[in-house]
Amino acid sequence: MFLTFPIMVIRVNTVEDVIEWRWLNLLIVGLGSFFLSFVWRYFIRKQETGKKKAQAGEIGNIPLSRRLLTEPKIYLPAIIVLSVFALVFPFIFSMYQTNIMITGLIYVMLGLGLNIVVGLAGLLDLGYVAFYAVGAYSYALLNHHFGLSFWAVLPIGAGMGAFFGIILGFPVLRLRGDYLAIVTLGFGEIIRLILENWNEFSFGPSGIANIPRPSLFGIQLSLQNATIYLYYLMILLVLFTIFVVERLQNSRIGRAWIALREDEVACEAMGIDRRKTKLTAFALGATWAGMAGVIFAAKTTFINPASFTIWESIIILCIVVLGGMGSILGVILGAFVLILLPEYLRVFSEYRMLIFGGMLVLMMVFRPGGIVSDVRRIYKFEGLQNNTEENL
Amino acid sequence: MAPILEVKGLSMDFGGLRALDQLDLDVEEEEIVALIGPNGAGKTTFFNCITGIYPPTEGDMLISPPGTKQKSLNGLKPNQVTERGLARTFQNIRLFPNMTVLENVMIGRHCRMSAGIAGAIFRGSSTVREEKEVVRDSYVILEKIGLTDFVNEFAMNLPYGAQRRLEIARAMATEPFLLLLDEPAAGMNLQETKELDDLIIWIRDNEKISILLIEHDMKLVMSLSDRIFVVDYGRKIAQGTPEEIKYNPAVIKAYLGEEIDA
Repeated sequence: MFLTFPIMVIRVNTVEDVIEWRWLNLLIVGLGSFFLSFVWRYFIRKQETGKKKAQAGEIGNIPLSRRLLTEPKIYLPAIIVLSVFALVFPFIFSMYQTNIMITGLIYVMLGLGLNIVVGLAGLLDLGYVAFYAVGAYSYALLNHHFGLSFWAVLPIGAGMGAFFGIILGFPVLRLRGDYLAIVTLGFGEIIRLILENWNEFSFGPSGIANIPRPSLFGIQLSLQNATIYLYYLMILLVLFTIFVVERLQNSRIGRAWIALREDEVACEAMGIDRRKTKLTAFALGATWAGMAGVIFAAKTTFINPASFTIWESIIILCIVVLGGMGSILGVILGAFVLILLPEYLRVFSEYRMLIFGGMLVLMMVFRPGGIVSDVRRIYKFEGLQNNTEENL
Repeated sequence: MAPILEVKGLSMDFGGLRALDQLDLDVEEEEIVALIGPNGAGKTTFFNCITGIYPPTEGDMLISPPGTKQKSLNGLKPNQVTERGLARTFQNIRLFPNMTVLENVMIGRHCRMSAGIAGAIFRGSSTVREEKEVVRDSYVILEKIGLTDFVNEFAMNLPYGAQRRLEIARAMATEPFLLLLDEPAAGMNLQETKELDDLIIWIRDNEKISILLIEHDMKLVMSLSDRIFVVDYGRKIAQGTPEEIKYNPAVIKAYLGEEIDA
């Protein structure tokens, strides 16, 4: 209140050369900060009592998110409602909304891909957008030079992503933590700078235009139909991604990734090949970015290096961290929150980024584990119990 | 028959510091061998050399798993050493804290499994069978060690003694013929130490796994070991049965210092 006093209360009116004293502002700032600190303390206290309860070992107190996921009565209708909503979405809402949703779904895919590298294997990758760019440019360039179609390039883009993932993986095998983050950051910038400056190869900053949208069995669709088509395509691809990632993380390889995240020395001493495990994590994470890149190019029909800045990497990383590292549902929610929120906050015009930033800070203070932090473990828990009971 | 682990003239330099100096050691089949010495004598460095975490400056490390020919461990990476049948625990517990107890043991089975990326995605019949097997095998190991109460508990929530036992369970899951235990009784109370004593004997007798352990608890060492090696400043100063070591003047000197009027 006192710190803001000079700015908020005293104003020199330069026209009439008098000092205005705006006492009302003082009152508003005072009330506002009182209210905010009250809310802040309330949440802090709530969090602390929660911790105490957890320490006291009250097992019966299952958190809401856990109950939602283990009770079929609750989650089955939710899934049905969600899938119906997803199916009819493009017909009830405008094309603008559908387009936003497609973007959201692309980021879900990117988030799930990065989740393999950061959430499961614990390798902090700040250059993830490089693989996204690789995918997008593979489609744009292959189409421009050789006229390859979307469907032909989709697997090629995925393969290119994986290939570049391995290329990045080799030099960083020995690094971890901060050092790894810096090298991947550099790698992301190298790819962007190459695309920006190597004019003969990538057409430089002016980018590549007129990239065709995906065709349906060779038929070119109108803009509206193409958008709807792309939307359903994205839904299918996201489902495919969820399916693969879910299976991967509950497999021998997934466990090795998590062990690598938890303790690298112990992981090696238990017979896990660190090189191989890290490389598969990088390659598989990058595969999804490559695929997402191809779709991005097909959706916007125009790409240039400006779409692949470090800011994109940060956003994708935020999706993973905010959603909850290693949790599929968390990452999906995180992607929708982070991509859709800024869109729908447009009403607040210039305050939009402020609100967005504030929400990120609050989330991390009160839920450091992310929106849904413990989903994976519950799946695991159930599966294991059943297995052991069956077999013993 | 050759000893299952034979170390000849092992030396390790860290810059100018000689942590291990021409150390010889051997472990016979189904034997419990203890490696003791004052703090900083180089015991853990010795373990790290054998398990491939540090490459030794010179010397030979040879293993001959029961019924096979002698092979060298030199130049192998830690995971390859584990695959050859040497498993270890750590002085400061190194579990995977955010994984369940069962998952921790399943990680130990990792090098005995074969499912790849395609197997994980398509979940063919062989992968499904392997997954079922690993769950069952891990559970059986936990039963043996007595940790079944904690199967789905996170490793970090376990009591201290149970964490130590879980490390042993995880190491056993790799199907070793020699178990290297780095101060397994550190921080344990009398009761827990007693249980550990029984467990180690049990592992040797029933699982036919030889054991090489580093330990400071002399009571435990004397009651468990068939043979003891004593190191000080990276050098072996004595070796023999517990009785011989107890009255060895060089050992007493290393631990208690020299008498002034001696």
